[in-house]
Amino acid sequence: MQLLELSAIDMVAALRQGDITAVQCATAFLDRIEATNGSINAFLAVDRAGALERAADIDARRRAGKPVGALAGLPVALKDVLCTADMPTTCASRMLAGFRPPYDADVVARLRAADAVFVGKTNMDEFAMGGSNENSAFGPVRNPWDLARAPGGSSGGSAACVAADMAPVAIGSDTGGSIRQPAGLCGITGLKPTYGRVSRRGLIAFASSLDQIGPMARGAADCALIMETIAGHDPGDATSLDVAVPRYTDLLDKPLAGVRIGRVPEHYAEGLDPEVAKGVEEAFAVLKAAGATIHEVRLPHAKYGIPTYYLIAPCEASSNLARYDGAHYGHRSSVGHRGSGKAGSAFESPLVEMYCRSRAEGFGPEVKRRVMLGTYALSAGYYDAYYAKALRVRRLIRQDYLDAFQSVDLIGGPVSATPAFKLGEKTDDPLAMYLVDLYTVGTNLAGVGGISFPCGFTKSGLPIGFQLQAPALGEPLLLQAADRFQRLTDWHRRRPRPTEARS
Amino acid sequence: MSTSSQALSDEDVAKVALLARLALSEAEIARMTGELSKIVGFVSMLGEVDTSSVAPLAHPLDTQNIFRDDLPTPSLTTAEALQAAPRHDGECFLVPAVLGESGAA
Amino acid sequence: MTAAPVYTTIIGLEVHVQLQTRTKLFCGCSTRFGAPPNTQVCPTCLGLPGSLPVMNRHAFELALRAALALDCRIAPFTKWDRKNYFYPDLPKGYQISQYDLPFSSDGQLEVVDPKGAFSRRVGIIRVHLEEDAGKSMHDEAAGTADTRIDLNRAGTPLCEIVTQPDLRSPQEARAWLNELKLLLVYLGVSDCNMQEGSLRVDANVNLHIPQPDGRVAKTPIVEIKNMNSFRSVERALAYEAVRQWEEWQATKVEMGKMPKQTRGWDDPAGITRPQRQKEESSDYRYFPEPDLVPVTVSDAQVAAIRAAMGDPPTVLRKGLEARWKISAYDADVLVNQGRDLVAYFEELATLVGEGKVASNWMQQDVLRTLNERGGTIGEFPVRPTAVADIIGRIAKGDFDTSRGREIFAEVLTSGRAVEEVVASLGIAAVSDDDLVALCRELLAANPKIVADVKGGKEQAAAGLIGQARKKNPNVNPGKFRQMCIDLIKGM
Repeated sequence: MQLLELSAIDMVAALRQGDITAVQCATAFLDRIEATNGSINAFLAVDRAGALERAADIDARRRAGKPVGALAGLPVALKDVLCTADMPTTCASRMLAGFRPPYDADVVARLRAADAVFVGKTNMDEFAMGGSNENSAFGPVRNPWDLARAPGGSSGGSAACVAADMAPVAIGSDTGGSIRQPAGLCGITGLKPTYGRVSRRGLIAFASSLDQIGPMARGAADCALIMETIAGHDPGDATSLDVAVPRYTDLLDKPLAGVRIGRVPEHYAEGLDPEVAKGVEEAFAVLKAAGATIHEVRLPHAKYGIPTYYLIAPCEASSNLARYDGAHYGHRSSVGHRGSGKAGSAFESPLVEMYCRSRAEGFGPEVKRRVMLGTYALSAGYYDAYYAKALRVRRLIRQDYLDAFQSVDLIGGPVSATPAFKLGEKTDDPLAMYLVDLYTVGTNLAGVGGISFPCGFTKSGLPIGFQLQAPALGEPLLLQAADRFQRLTDWHRRRPRPTEARS
Repeated sequence: MSTSSQALSDEDVAKVALLARLALSEAEIARMTGELSKIVGFVSMLGEVDTSSVAPLAHPLDTQNIFRDDLPTPSLTTAEALQAAPRHDGECFLVPAVLGESGAA
Repeated sequence: MTAAPVYTTIIGLEVHVQLQTRTKLFCGCSTRFGAPPNTQVCPTCLGLPGSLPVMNRHAFELALRAALALDCRIAPFTKWDRKNYFYPDLPKGYQISQYDLPFSSDGQLEVVDPKGAFSRRVGIIRVHLEEDAGKSMHDEAAGTADTRIDLNRAGTPLCEIVTQPDLRSPQEARAWLNELKLLLVYLGVSDCNMQEGSLRVDANVNLHIPQPDGRVAKTPIVEIKNMNSFRSVERALAYEAVRQWEEWQATKVEMGKMPKQTRGWDDPAGITRPQRQKEESSDYRYFPEPDLVPVTVSDAQVAAIRAAMGDPPTVLRKGLEARWKISAYDADVLVNQGRDLVAYFEELATLVGEGKVASNWMQQDVLRTLNERGGTIGEFPVRPTAVADIIGRIAKGDFDTSRGREIFAEVLTSGRAVEEVVASLGIAAVSDDDLVALCRELLAANPKIVADVKGGKEQAAAGLIGQARKKNPNVNPGKFRQMCIDLIKGM
């Protein structure tokens, strides 16, 4: 079987057995990246030398009989929102172009300790704000299934990279759907864990009470493998859960008999593409045939998810991004730095001018929009009507989930209202773009886990995604159900034809 | 809350831009006013929800009382701390001169 | 009859104290003062992308201790909030502080002048826990257009203590600050050293001016910053009160007619100057800190901290006064020197069996020489047993007090035991026979004095003391004088 098409689990086994070396493995993927990144733009940085050096070291240690980590030799791509001490970390923003953090994110450190081989940093929507990866300062990512279409976002680079076999697994982040939605649009599997399951230390923050890091791969079993390494308590993250990490891969092979899956009528409003609706129904049928029972369940406040999210996230982001002011790191404007409030200057001091210009030059339009929205919504006189109101509705949304999970074990449904849309289709209308998160924001607001995986294809050959959501710490059931689905279907094994624009 | 397309005025936006330390051209302010007004109008639908007996949920977790011990951990070297500084003098970060008073009132 | 005051000065204080922890509030960087710039920083206190805060348990406990000592109510549930503003000494662009649910509120601290000049109970609105900002340094002499930023201090734990406007004079304010400092030092919460910045004060002051029609006019409240010592606070408030009075007389502008003014104290010039009004009023956009979880405090926890706290100065003072029958003034002097000196005093007083004499020895001998030598009372070479020994011998009549002081000084400098020093100085009790003999000898040589005493002037006998001591330095002056008088009476 082609090296590039091995699952991560099989690849790790092959590496362990010596069927392939880490250097062979890394080389294959690095070559693939070199051949395809030009047309897909999934990677912002590729560390060929570093990856090969690492791989060689792992091979040497294995040969010498020394212990190697659980993922030894596995190539992994990292969304450029994660701090890496040995590679730039830009968040796809001019604000952090060339920035090198002096430390690794907790997740990065864990993967390094497990002897994963980092091939590079993937493209994303700037500061994780977006649903199409068109907000990158370094060019959009193209969907490998149709290069004229968006891969989704904000983890568009990670999703495209896995879909195009540029890496067997990638790490993404999800604040309102940024792992699950691009996974859905790119035909791969992506898991957003329960809030607090994976440490956020070293994850460049977008919305602190919503962000989570998670694995993206072809299949749920591979996601389970990665979760065993990246999940766990971190005393350096006060929001990290101090709960033991299950052996997710050991828990996969369980039948679905008796598992109750909820179907939410509120999900099937107008706007849901008919082919997607059909794909979702077929997925329910597969799960039912596998032994699960399907029940109607309500999420009465589902329609308030988007406005709630688009208040909470920008408010937290406006504060999280205040540190990008050109003072201590990041882009500093060269205009006005030495200015001295010359006559007619619009700024009250050279310092304020430096802040204003640096941030205007460093941030793209979507980031500016959200920072402005968040600043406005938190400002004096508006706090109660906007931010505080959103926090109250959030509690109602969480309660909806708690109530629903009294009668079902999982909630199933679409992950995206449409398949991959064309690049440029939604960029003129910010609000239209926000609506792509319709099915995913509730998970983050409630703090529970969700997984998306392919359940079919449109007539034109675009992937259709299906999402399962579980109660807090329900990752084992999410992974089991998705894995069981993937034993019974082969949507997840399909690959895009060699890179071309389709329509 | 206003649901008209101009929930915000250009002046409102200019004030917010200063609070957010963003230099916006007049054209950008005008555009931002339209976009923000539309978004604010949209999120105002939350006003439909009766939250009179609902407390805000700031954290999705219910955890409390997470602490660390008062034990020293290694600091960065000065060189590491200043590594990404746009301007520094080897010891300190350098920023345009600030006259007199501290930032907070 | 005292005239009604022309005006009353209304003062409230906002005090920031750095808590005496080893590490910062949210990270493990050292809080040691005086390190080279940017050597005590890490991703968290530098506000690097991806960094996160975790609360220092000891900082929270010290904060609780401070609040309990200030008689505050402890909130059973507390949380932290972000205070958002842009300034180069605040690398995250926000300060993690407490807004609407501070961990404590509604306390009080009383200051009583030991000489009785004033007594004031000052209400405390709240005490909350927040992080400090870094330091910005403007080297105007160097003529550069740059400001230098040192973030060593960023993230240091601070308690912010806000009082009610209950103080009524600059003197009271200074005394109250001294009382606060004493309290917090006693409890090991902070070293309250203004020179090192571990205690900072801002003051709010205005005047209440009774009007002929019975109304009370109030001048606009002014916030005064940049006072670097308690003495500066007193001077600044005194200056500002007069300035507001003169401004009132000239303009009659009352509170509410203009926004709160901020003025900086210029110590060399001895005046307050207006600080530049910012273009935008500060909108801090407070919201709950998502990276920290809330904290609950149980009654049991509060009780445990209270039990382990030790007595505050007010209780110690009253205790000393009651137990040892010393004056408020004396108790105040002793307690001001700290717990260890109070312990020394109590050991001494216990050995001596009495407080007043012990207190006198503490103030006139121990404290005086301690201050001259420097060092702590723990290092002071003369221990309470030695002092008690000297006092005991004086009481027995072995020698008088002034001799006793000489012995004390010799014990201090030589390090030898009291017994040894007494012996080496040739101090020995004078026997009654020797005393009588000496008396008769001197009486015989001084007939005029004998005649004076016989004539009713008993005090004349004191004139012989000098001669007696020359002959025998161990003579107890009092005993000798009385002996002479008795002998003369018998003549």
